[in-house]
Amino acid sequence: MSNVFLALQANEDTRAIIEAITEDNPHAVVHPSPAMVKIDAEGSLTVRRETIEALIGRSFDLQELHINLISLSGHIDETDDELTLHWNA
Amino acid sequence: MAVTALKDYQFEPADRVENFHGNQLLYVGWEDHLLFCAPFAFPFPPAMRFGDVVGQVLPAAFGYHPDFAKIDWAAAQWFKSGQPWTPDFNKSLADNGLGHKDVIRFRTPGLTGIKGACS
Amino acid sequence: MDMNVPKKKLSLKEKYSHMTRGLDWETSYQSMDDVYPYAKYEGIKIHDWDKWEDPFRLTMDAYWKYQAEKERKLYAIIDAYAQNNGHLSVTDARYINTVKLFLTGVSPLEYMAHRGFAHVGRQLPGAGPRVACLMQSIDEIRHAQTQVHSLSNYNKYYNGLHDFRHMHDRVWYLSVPKSFFDDAITAGPFEFMVAIGFSFEYVLTNLLFVPFVSGAAYNGDMSAMTFGFSAQSDEARHMTLGLEVIKFMLEQDPDNLPIVQRWIDKWAWRGTRVLTLVAMMMDYMLPKRIMSWKEAWEVYFEENGGALFKDLARYGITMPKCIEDITKEKEHLSHQAWATFYNYGAAAAFHTWTPDEDEMNWLSEKYPDSFDKYYRPRLEYWRDEAAKGNRFYNKTLPMLCQVCQIPMLFTEPDDPTKICYRETQYKDDKYHFCSDHCKAIFEHEPEKYIQSWLPVHQIYQGNCFPEGTDPTAEGFDPLAAVLAYYHMNFGRDNLDFEGSEDQKNFDAWRGVATSND
Repeated sequence: MSNVFLALQANEDTRAIIEAITEDNPHAVVHPSPAMVKIDAEGSLTVRRETIEALIGRSFDLQELHINLISLSGHIDETDDELTLHWNA
Repeated sequence: MAVTALKDYQFEPADRVENFHGNQLLYVGWEDHLLFCAPFAFPFPPAMRFGDVVGQVLPAAFGYHPDFAKIDWAAAQWFKSGQPWTPDFNKSLADNGLGHKDVIRFRTPGLTGIKGACS
Repeated sequence: MDMNVPKKKLSLKEKYSHMTRGLDWETSYQSMDDVYPYAKYEGIKIHDWDKWEDPFRLTMDAYWKYQAEKERKLYAIIDAYAQNNGHLSVTDARYINTVKLFLTGVSPLEYMAHRGFAHVGRQLPGAGPRVACLMQSIDEIRHAQTQVHSLSNYNKYYNGLHDFRHMHDRVWYLSVPKSFFDDAITAGPFEFMVAIGFSFEYVLTNLLFVPFVSGAAYNGDMSAMTFGFSAQSDEARHMTLGLEVIKFMLEQDPDNLPIVQRWIDKWAWRGTRVLTLVAMMMDYMLPKRIMSWKEAWEVYFEENGGALFKDLARYGITMPKCIEDITKEKEHLSHQAWATFYNYGAAAAFHTWTPDEDEMNWLSEKYPDSFDKYYRPRLEYWRDEAAKGNRFYNKTLPMLCQVCQIPMLFTEPDDPTKICYRETQYKDDKYHFCSDHCKAIFEHEPEKYIQSWLPVHQIYQGNCFPEGTDPTAEGFDPLAAVLAYYHMNFGRDNLDFEGSEDQKNFDAWRGVATSND
């Protein structure tokens, strides 16, 4: 199965997002590097709005991810509640 | 193959020999001497004597290399478009069959660059 | 009693659909074919534009909101960096040469991407891709501007950054990225999308941005790092646009497959050739290195690209044909490229140097099969000669590849001691190439590439001297005239890093910043 990945800037805003991602995706592996965090996952990765909101204590629009997103791989499914990356093979 | 286009797509080549003021281009490479990163490009009159290219131009181009002074030109092997070729040093480039944008290389047996690493 | 029924909010999908697709219509006063004259000539068949799936459903209000936030953050950091003399915190002043290469080579491409996406955004009949292209066009000019703003700080203190636009159009090594983009914007809209949207923005983007931006982060350049990450957040949208274009074309008609495959093959190769500059940047120009080019290629292309092409296999797409050769080249690319700039250091608008002993040991470790055998000998020879006052400056112009326009520095895929020579005859002339792949690109569309503005040939035609120059005058120095044409300042912008103004100034200023003398 191929890996998808999501890379985010490493800052105060993304700390909670990364925590939420690892909570919702136990198979994900986090690789920190200067100023950037790369999260690899086999097959698929889902970012959930609710999980982030529970951690940051305010309502969160998933599109706020755009501010800190660096790169990604995989096909994208975007709704109000979840952003999923996946490969079909 | 023709370029897929909305209109007829035909242009003059940017490097027609007429654009070089009486010169033609000749590319020269010294095999196994990658200290010089790539073969050289020269504009020469077609009537230029081949021996003058070797005797007057190549020293300035390749002379930095410690192997250059050791070259035995009588033993050098020449190639034109990669095929073995024997130049007549007394004839002109044109009479040697060298046209615009031809490429020649020379190999100097026994001389294989810095520490024999083809540099 | 009335029940208080909360107003139903539109979902992301619904809102996006109403604000983009819902606003589109088919023209009636003129035919759609006349309104969209570029849409069919490339042979790509689209039967239903409504099948386009918009991966990121960004409406204009959301776009402006998030872009504005990114801009505020970015400019605050640029200001802070400038105010704090941030340039003095870079690892060492050799690093600054990477930003010179970036500003002259890459930033102008961002501007052309802006133009290209504006054009394509007008010419594609589907509303979904039009919206995405419009946003990408605005993103790209944002990138061009933020890069100029960020790097202008370096221009105040260091050489070689003063005339990047002028140089991009003329300088021998800058014709490489310039011609890459000229090729893309003169292609049709679908080829442009595959070339830039897919091949460059999806397949190869990580190999351009991660090295430069991580390189900035590792070497204390907060300014470049910030614009890099800020731009990258736009890139995620660009990547998804590129991937969607491929999927869409392949799902619309099986006849599109061979056309798309040919473009993927061509542009994977053209893009990789341009990345030669990045390879040498990573291995030779960053004082604090992130990883080797070879490692970056393995992670970002072999692994990542592998997953992508595995996914696309169900449409019949195969890995680009050039992959085998690129894989062999990864051992050699950076070394051969740096050797070229070392050769022509007198004609470059950035400094060059030989790596020190620690750096050579790093290279040995990262390239155990190639560095010590093929490249250390020449680097040590150059280092020793420079120490004796005989620094090598190659004064003879090189042969160039007709397509990628890079000097013929590449070696045979199976023999790194032999230059790779390929040639073909077209009408009355011979043409030369660095590889089978550049040759194949030429042979498919020769009328395009016979027009290549090859810097070396243009110099020999006499087209690269300042206006009013008399080449027949006594004491005429052609190389000096070419550098003047390039707007390069001899002795300031070019030559070795050792003894340069940049080196002296940086050391002096850093000394002032850290002592009381």
